[in-house]
This record gives sequence, C-alpha cells and structure tokens, in this order.
Amino acid sequence: MRVRWGLRCLFVDLFEYQARDLLASHGVPVLPGGVAETPEQAEAIAREIGTTVVVKAQVKTGGRGKAGGVKLADDADAARARAQDILGLDIKGHITHRVMVAQASDIAEEYYFSYLLDRANRTFLAMASVEGGMEIEQLAVERPEALARIPVDATTGVDTAKAAEIVDAAGFPAEVRDQVVAIAVQLWDVFAKEDATLVEVNPLAKAPDGTVLALDAKVTLDENARFRHAEHEGLEDTAAADPLEAAAKEKDLNYVKLEGEVGIIGNGAGLVMSTLDVVAYAGEEFGGVKPANFLDIGGGASAEVMANGLHIILSDPAVKSVFVNVFGGITACDAVANGIVHALQLLGDEATKPLVVRLDGNNVEEGRRILADANHPLVTLVDTMDGAARRAAELAA
Amino acid sequence: MSIFLNENSKVIVQGMTGSEGRKHTQRMLTSGTAIVGGVNPKKAGQSVDFDGAGVPVFGNVAEAMKETGADVSVIFVPPAGAKSAVIEAVDAQIGLAVVITEGIPVHDSTYFWAHAQGGSTRIVGPNCPGLISPGRSNAGIIPANITKQGRIGLVSKSGTLTYQMMYELRDIGFSTAVGIGGDPVIGTTHIDCLQAFQDDPETEAIVMIGEIGGDAEERAADFIKANVTKPVVGYVAGFTAPEGKTMGHAGAIVSGSSGTAQAKKEALEAAGVRVGKTPSETAQLMRELVGA
Repeated sequence: MRVRWGLRCLFVDLFEYQARDLLASHGVPVLPGGVAETPEQAEAIAREIGTTVVVKAQVKTGGRGKAGGVKLADDADAARARAQDILGLDIKGHITHRVMVAQASDIAEEYYFSYLLDRANRTFLAMASVEGGMEIEQLAVERPEALARIPVDATTGVDTAKAAEIVDAAGFPAEVRDQVVAIAVQLWDVFAKEDATLVEVNPLAKAPDGTVLALDAKVTLDENARFRHAEHEGLEDTAAADPLEAAAKEKDLNYVKLEGEVGIIGNGAGLVMSTLDVVAYAGEEFGGVKPANFLDIGGGASAEVMANGLHIILSDPAVKSVFVNVFGGITACDAVANGIVHALQLLGDEATKPLVVRLDGNNVEEGRRILADANHPLVTLVDTMDGAARRAAELAA
Repeated sequence: MSIFLNENSKVIVQGMTGSEGRKHTQRMLTSGTAIVGGVNPKKAGQSVDFDGAGVPVFGNVAEAMKETGADVSVIFVPPAGAKSAVIEAVDAQIGLAVVITEGIPVHDSTYFWAHAQGGSTRIVGPNCPGLISPGRSNAGIIPANITKQGRIGLVSKSGTLTYQMMYELRDIGFSTAVGIGGDPVIGTTHIDCLQAFQDDPETEAIVMIGEIGGDAEERAADFIKANVTKPVVGYVAGFTAPEGKTMGHAGAIVSGSSGTAQAKKEALEAAGVRVGKTPSETAQLMRELVGA
C-alpha cells in the first residue's frame, strides 16, 4: 500500500513479516518465525519452531484478529490447517496471500513504542506507553496521560541517554527499564538507518520470564530515500496495486485510479489535484460525473509522456471523456500541443474518446494554433480551465 | 518593497554546472536576476558562459559569499547531495537558501531544517519552484514572463497553481510570489509568508494556496485571524483526491487535524478568508477585493 502526503511524497507500508525482519536485522528481539504462501510452507516453519505457533494473516489493515486472521496452532499439522483457513481470507477488502508463522508467546504485560515523523513540528517524535495492546488512537483519546510523547531532534537522534528519557517519561517498570532502553536505541537505528517515517511496535511485550520482545510491528519507508536503499527493492507489494496503476508505474507515471468517468491529464501535482476538484464541481451539473484518475505528467510534457499517459487513460473502460489541462510554465504550450498531436498519431485507432484540451501560459497562442490546424475530430479546445472542465463533464455524462 | 528577495539580492547557484542548474541559471539571468556565482568544489576557479557573460564557479558557499557578497543561494543539487549542500549554505550563514531539488528524503530535510534552527538562514522548500519578486529578482524556476511587479502577495504549496494564479491576475501584478513546496517538512511556511506580506507596505492583498495533507492551512488560518489585517483570499486543492490510506493512525494523532481540503477550507473561512471553489473563482474574489 502506498501512502501519500497530498499526492506528492510516496511512503510505503511494509507487511508485518517484512517489518519484523527489518527490526531483527537491527538487533531488536523478536520471536522465531517465517512467512508462508502455502499451507505446506506454514507446516514446515512450524515444525522447525517446534512449539505452539501463531499463524497471522499478512494484510496491510487492522482488525485481523476479529476477522479470523490470527490463530494459534499447537503443532505443525494444526499450523498447516490454520494456514489453509487463513490464506485467501478477505480482511476488509484485503485478500490474504501470505501468513506469518511465529513462535507463540505467553504475555505478562503489553507496552507500546513508536518513532514517527511529526510533520507539524518538523521533527521526529517518540511515543511510548506501558498500556500497550489496544489501538493507539483509542489510548490517545481515552488516556492521553498514559502516552508519553517526546520530540527527537533529527541532528542528535536517540542515544542511550535520550532513550532513557523516553522510557522514564512513559513510566516503564524498573525490572524492564534497561531492556526497553536498549530496544529504544535499536528501534531508532531502524528508523534512522532505514529512512522510515514510522516504526511502531504494538505490542512490545514482556514474556512471563521477563524478556521484552517486539511481537507486532508496523514500518513505513520513505520512497524518496530509495536511492540509498537498494536492499529495499522488492519490499513494495506490487501484486496488490490496481492493474492500471501498475502499468503507469512501469512507465514512470504518477497515476492514481479513481472511481469516475472523466480521464485527467495535467502538469504539476497541485494543478492536477485542482483539476480533479474543478471537474467534480462541474460534474454536479451532469448527474454527478467525477474524475476517473489523477495523472501528473510533470514539467516536461513531451509527446512520448503524453502518449503514455493517454494510453493508460484510454485503456480505462470507465473513462468516457478526457480532460488535458496544462499550464505552460517552463514548458511552452506549442511543445505541449505538438505532444498532443503526436500522441494522437502514435495512438491511432486506439484514441476513441473525446479530448477536451485547455492550454494556458507560455506561448499559448502558438499552442492553440497548432491544435486548431491539426483539427483532430476528437479534440475540443476550450480557453478556460472551468469551461473545459464543464465541457469534459458534459461529454462524459 | 517585496519579501525575502529584491533588486539588491545577489544570487549564487549551488549545482549551477548540472543540466537543470545551468538551464535555470540562464532563465534567472534572462529575467534580470543578479547571478554572481556558482558553487561546485570540483570546478572551482572555472567560469561558466551564459550568452557571453562569464559566471565564476567557487569551491564552496562561504568562499562565494566572501568574493561576491551573495546573500541568496538557489540549490539544484540532486537528492543524494542536497542535505550537505543545504548544511553548507546554512553554515556559511547565507540569508536565504532556496531548495528546488525534488525527491529529498524526509530524514534529510528534517535534519537540515533542525540544523538551521537558531542560525541566520531562511530555507524555502525543498521540492518547490522558489520565489519571484517580478521585475526585481527571480530565485528558482518560476517563469518570469507570466506577470509584472504589483500589489498582490502569493504563497502556495504548489508550483503550477502558483503559475496559474499569477497568470489569472497578471494585469494586477505581484510584489512577491513564494512557492513553499508541498513536502511533509519544509522550511518557510504559509505563516512566515503571511507575516512578511503583512509587514510589506507594497503588498495590499494576499492569495494563499493550500492542498490536502498536514495542518499548515489550519495553522495559517489561526495566524490570519490573530495577525493579518490585509485582505486574504484562499484556494485549497484536493477535495476529490483519495485519502492517504495508512495502516496506523499514529500520524493523525500527531497532526491533530484530518488534513482534508474541506477542513482546511472551513478553517480559512472561519478566519474570514474568502475561499474560491476554483483557481479562476479565487482570482475573481481577489479582483473584487482590490477593485481591479
């Protein structure tokens, strides 16, 4: 699953088993376990562990337990049977393709610990509580005093002294304090070195023998940092992506599928977001017509990128009309117009749906002249963004 | 007057010798910006030709400032080197560092922002188009030929919406237009610009453009209510954008806001800001306010 800040930055949530492996690689204590895609694989992992195991659905949503996605198994045969039950399970629209099989642990106490980006204060934040296990937003509302929030300066990070400050603020009991301080330093290592925007352990559990372990974890990674993390390749769940989104990603296009009828192409994330709104607003007049996608072709807007974008949008069966909304800032409108004309040539018979084009800005007269001269039967040129949105909505109604 | 950037600004470019840096340095020069140097440790002592005018390359920001009196740096250094480029500018105590680079890891931007605290450098960006005081100076990639010097101040998270709004109101003109960028962590905020426009005698009215995510617009609304007496019109993009689907809700606890466009619009309207439904309608609201 991909998490967006206003459709700009891309953060990637990991599966629990990926998060667990990442934590373990930084020394955070976790229970033995592995990931399985078949009941037989689950059985083999359980056999190797040799004790009671827990079989957990690997889906990127909460409420797995209630949905029957977390089951105990006393032995390897039972683990196979439980995996059989859970694989394929639909949990809030997420189909379970993998299960994690991990050694089961008795839990004496449950704690909470996380590091995250605090956008509003432009810093990092540690949150910790000795009342773990429950959903953290519930704890934050019901017992805010039980959730310690300690800012972490990006330039100094978390050393043992800072970790102790966080752990003491949360009031961890003396018998686990040193263990939790050590884990807090290790979790910071995960957060900083892996370029995470969230590392959350819930529960951080104390076993009856007093050992503290990370039993479940969520990790979100910053896609912008991919250039220094070749090892993160493959962590993203491309199988779960919409097929059109997957095709767009292959062409390096910033595309998001939506539930509507007007295909949208524009340049710049803000302008494209605005275009979606203006189309939805205009669509109210035509029976609730809505935008079919978000597609930002960026500053360049070359013929090839335009053709790739049009190809994706025209292959969406829900699309009934297309609105190309470009403001020529750095790119001149004549180049954009040539791009559209060339893209339509490249697409040939594939281009079957009406295109409403609005161009403004740098060299707009020349751009409009090029489109007028080409006189393509599918293309309508409209001068204003609001007028073009209205026309595109009308054509899709 | 204008804010942050004026006709006396002396601008250096970090990353001037790269393809983007070179292209935009030419554009800034063409629009009349005083570009006094570039920075590239590997090419120190050389000079880069721009239409017959040689711009000297220095080994670091401090040296460039010492030799040229530069007070603004525009940074085009690619993501992998952007953090150290910003730190270098901050450590040299340059007044304004404009970070154009897109795709900087948030750990790096959070680091350089923290590093700049208590120092004398204002950071604009990252991942932004920069700022322009039309007719005076242009630090970044905003096209200089859209509009002229005038009496409107503009602050926007979005680059292309900045251009669109400048174009809509091109006959009135702008004191300064600032593209602050839409990344999760940015240097100069809506509030910083609102304060500066409030204090700038040339700016008569302010356009503020926001978008979904975070709570910057809600904070700006509170600030406007308490501190801004000049008329402000607003626009918020992202009413129909899909919500970010997060597994955990730890982030929402921290931001204290839903971050939706609707919440931002309501907050701005509650602060007395007139918010347009489309960029054109927003421009029309501004025309009514300034009588043009």
